[in-house]
Amino acid sequence: MHPPQSNRSVTGMASSIEDSAPPGRGSFSRSARSGQPAAVTHLLGGTMRSVRVLGAIGIVLALAPLVLHSDFQLTFVTLALYSTLLGAAWNILGGFGGQYSFGHAVFFGLGAYVAAMLQVHAGVPAWIGLVAGVAAGAAAGAALGAISFRYGLRGSYFALVTLAMAEVFRIVANSVPFTGAGVGMMIELRTGLADLQFESRRGYYYLALVLALVALAVGSWVRHSRFGAALAAVRDNEDAARALGIDATRVKVAATALSGTLMAAGGVFYLQYFHYIDPSLVFGPSVSVEALLGPIVGGLGTVLGPLIGAFALALVSQIATHLLGEAPALSMALYGLILIVMVTFLPRGIGGLGKLVRLRARRGRDA
Amino acid sequence: MLELTRLSKRFGGLAAVDSVSLVLEEGRIGALIGPNGAGKTTCFALISGFIRPDEGRVVFAGRDITGWPAHQVSREGLVRTFQIVQPFTGQSVLENIAVGAQRKRSRAAAIAFAAEVAARVGLGDQLDKPAESLPIAGRKRLELARALAAEPRLLLLDEVLAGLNPAEVAEVLPLIESIRAAGTTVLMIEHVMQAVMSLADDVWVLAHGSLIATGTPESVTRDPAVIEAYLGHGAAARLAGAT
Repeated sequence: MHPPQSNRSVTGMASSIEDSAPPGRGSFSRSARSGQPAAVTHLLGGTMRSVRVLGAIGIVLALAPLVLHSDFQLTFVTLALYSTLLGAAWNILGGFGGQYSFGHAVFFGLGAYVAAMLQVHAGVPAWIGLVAGVAAGAAAGAALGAISFRYGLRGSYFALVTLAMAEVFRIVANSVPFTGAGVGMMIELRTGLADLQFESRRGYYYLALVLALVALAVGSWVRHSRFGAALAAVRDNEDAARALGIDATRVKVAATALSGTLMAAGGVFYLQYFHYIDPSLVFGPSVSVEALLGPIVGGLGTVLGPLIGAFALALVSQIATHLLGEAPALSMALYGLILIVMVTFLPRGIGGLGKLVRLRARRGRDA
Repeated sequence: MLELTRLSKRFGGLAAVDSVSLVLEEGRIGALIGPNGAGKTTCFALISGFIRPDEGRVVFAGRDITGWPAHQVSREGLVRTFQIVQPFTGQSVLENIAVGAQRKRSRAAAIAFAAEVAARVGLGDQLDKPAESLPIAGRKRLELARALAAEPRLLLLDEVLAGLNPAEVAEVLPLIESIRAAGTTVLMIEHVMQAVMSLADDVWVLAHGSLIATGTPESVTRDPAVIEAYLGHGAAARLAGAT
């Protein structure tokens, strides 16, 4: 009925058969053990591969303080791990879910403020503050997700709503007495594991490491689980996902809650590390930018993207500070520049570099 | 299996679907045909919960599903495909099909089942390819495979044959027949008359939103009202005069 199209599809079929031929890698090759197509075994093995990689990274980083002697080095890695945590939190919703939030500071700030208020006003130990802060992040994520997605917000509209929400919280925290208003809140220094404060920098290092690894592990679970498959389906084609029985709104709300939970843990860490918060520090846009930049640079919707991105950015900003000195807005300007370059030339991030090179090589070979 | 009663949907002043009633029995293949713009795809959207009808009822397997959201309709076992194929871009063929299969399965079981379904529709050797790299025929098969993986009781096929060449059409026809043989009722929108004539038990002809004819493929293609809907006013008389 449509001859030109049909012709194209015939030639398309022929060429696609040709390039599916790399020996040993095609789906026809069956794994000796299970007798299933290689593509099936590969997809089934995803969880184990992620666990092994994350385990190896965890071991290396756990041993790193043995060689990182100076406080400077230890602080550098600690802050990169903290940044990994924020990125991994954002990546759940932004990367795996495709819903770009510009206001993740809202969860971060809530976590920090809930923990701080409990510690200052109620005198509870910090670990309870952590639990409560994280719960607040989850609740806020579920609420924000429900409000936004129930009414079909997506793309830039969702981004704007999240941005506005963070601003609302910043202004409220600036105005009411129980948050200390513009003065902010200072927590007491009380070292010990239950207080999440430490005399040595190593304590904070390990706290950041554990939180970052948990966040990356959650990302790995999302990547390989049924929930994650539903989330990716909604990201890649919402109508098709609904036609297959996926409740798109519910899946997105759950992803927002999960993302908010991890982001709030970042806020609590910030509080324990710096002992002081104020509205602009924790609800300000720079927190939101830090959360989204890592995954975009490292690789959106990948398990290791947030880690790669956070360390790459930490390195770049350290070098820039070294070369150019401590200009106040320097890091933000630099981040903006990096973001433009990445989105233009490397939309898959650093983690996608390998895939890009393979694709180029393959295209070169076919041509 | 499916019963529509005076189903209607208006977009502004246009009656896209106007009081359509039909009954499709279990185990049959039904075809919804009609000229472009007749309201066939809108009809599918109304049945599958993507659009809420203004009036009328949709009863599926004895259950009134009128106004249900799309995902719940799908979970009941009524699954649609899309005329313009909607792959999950960026995901492999296997991952695409596994999404359909995971409704009642663990992730691992869904992946294994997806591979079986892929083999059934002839995509068994393309599992690890990105969905968007498939040619149009492959994408149509993928669309079909994903819906089949959801194990529907009633499958709505929206022009799965459009854009395929005759050889490809000839390959897909037995596939649709085998879906019915496996116990799934099928309702298809189709322009490829070869498919309608050889597969369909019941045919409904839609024009300007309303049903103008119902019956077997042979009877509706001889119906003057149908000939006029396709070829224009007076065409039936001219054809009759010519023979």
